Amino acid sequence: MIGGLDFTVVWKDLPYFFLGRYPKGPLGGVGLTLYLAVVSLFLSFIGGLILGLLSVSRNRLIKWGSSAVIQTIRGMPLLMVIFWMFFLLPSLLGGGMPASWTVITALTLFTSSYMSEIVRAGILGIPKGQTEAAISTGLSHRQAMLHIILPQALRNMIPSFVNQFVSMIKDTSLAFIVGVSELTQVATQMNNRTMLYPTEIFLFIAVIYFILCFAFTELSRWLERRLAYQKAI
Amino acid sequence: MIRFEGVHKWFGPLHVLNNINLRVKPGEVVVVCGPSGSGKSTLIRTINDLEPINEGKLVVAGMDLSDRKTDINKLRAEIGFVFQQFNLYPHLTVLKNITLAPIKIRKLDRKTAEEQAMALLERVGLAEKRNAHPSQLSGGQQQRVAIARGLAMKPKIMLFDEPTSALDPEMIGEVLQVMKDLAVSGMTMMVVTHEMGFAREVSHRVVFMDHGTVLEEAEPEEFFKNPQHDRAQQFLKQILSPMH
Repeated sequence: MIGGLDFTVVWKDLPYFFLGRYPKGPLGGVGLTLYLAVVSLFLSFIGGLILGLLSVSRNRLIKWGSSAVIQTIRGMPLLMVIFWMFFLLPSLLGGGMPASWTVITALTLFTSSYMSEIVRAGILGIPKGQTEAAISTGLSHRQAMLHIILPQALRNMIPSFVNQFVSMIKDTSLAFIVGVSELTQVATQMNNRTMLYPTEIFLFIAVIYFILCFAFTELSRWLERRLAYQKAI
Repeated sequence: MIRFEGVHKWFGPLHVLNNINLRVKPGEVVVVCGPSGSGKSTLIRTINDLEPINEGKLVVAGMDLSDRKTDINKLRAEIGFVFQQFNLYPHLTVLKNITLAPIKIRKLDRKTAEEQAMALLERVGLAEKRNAHPSQLSGGQQQRVAIARGLAMKPKIMLFDEPTSALDPEMIGEVLQVMKDLAVSGMTMMVVTHEMGFAREVSHRVVFMDHGTVLEEAEPEEFFKNPQHDRAQQFLKQILSPMH
């Protein structure tokens, strides 16, 4: 008992909060939350890089096309994208897609469009003289991007990427709406089953989300300081 | 080696290059000077197509820039370009700054490229800095590395766009010395600079520009002693004794 609250409901089923029915059944809880976040982040990194590169293309058609895609996705609530993928993807692919993967697709699409803006800003933030120096030695624009601009830009983007990961962890909670048993879904289940302890249960998962996000925010701050230091020398 | 024939360029309504006719022979060192905004930087940047021309004909090292079929990357590989702001790659060591293009474009293997780069660093007096990053070097050292980077492609022409304007006064000499050695070795050079000492001592010809046109073209001796155009006279007076 802490301040009139009874957390027994949480302690009793702690492994369920953290891992779901794993290893006997599918992964759930915090484990699934992190799984969704990590996989989506990895895919969003690739997606964001591709979209970001397309959006700084010197070909206008490609530039406008990619901007249109980015703006469309950015103009939708994430929940909408999750619904779209949940109902659309299985019918497009003839069924058989697990709900968690429709969520990963939605998170990837959504975060890619945000990441692409980070990538675009990172690339445009590198002084023009760098590209000019590279192409003046005979490198093509593509080679200049690959060897000179991207390595510098990506380094500057690292803190933003980590921040995006923090948002991603929070965004995974929306997966509960399509029945994916990540942390929020697990909490909802527990609450529906016991009925008596909503405060305890949701307080507990709030703390878990906070710890996860706080840890990664600190990591991003640390990286930022480290990079600033490396730049200064 | 470089031939401008009736070249024009506009930035919007601004006529930055107005009917430029100019020739640079192999082995010649040409200094371009003039007040700021006169188009001299634009002029030198058109030679490797960092600024494309709008009208006229420009032939560099046998390649016609006004011809759309010309492979611009191939042309640029034949021309070294040294910038006012050095523009070294901050994430790479001095050695890698120099070897990148020879490895990627000339397809040299790493060892050959590095040997060649070391010879160039030796030449600009910075062999011991091979593993330093640009931020660890002084401005003068950075500019000497930039010159070595340009030379690594064994260019036919070296272009310098105000190479000493961003340097502290005590570092100007070391960069000019490297450029002088290069000129003596027979390199074809075009240099935008306000260093009149360099123009007088090293160059074969001085080109004076104002408002996008070439107003005067003469041997340095003649240009300094007896400038024809009154804009040139005024410019020289200002630059040689700025207090009056």
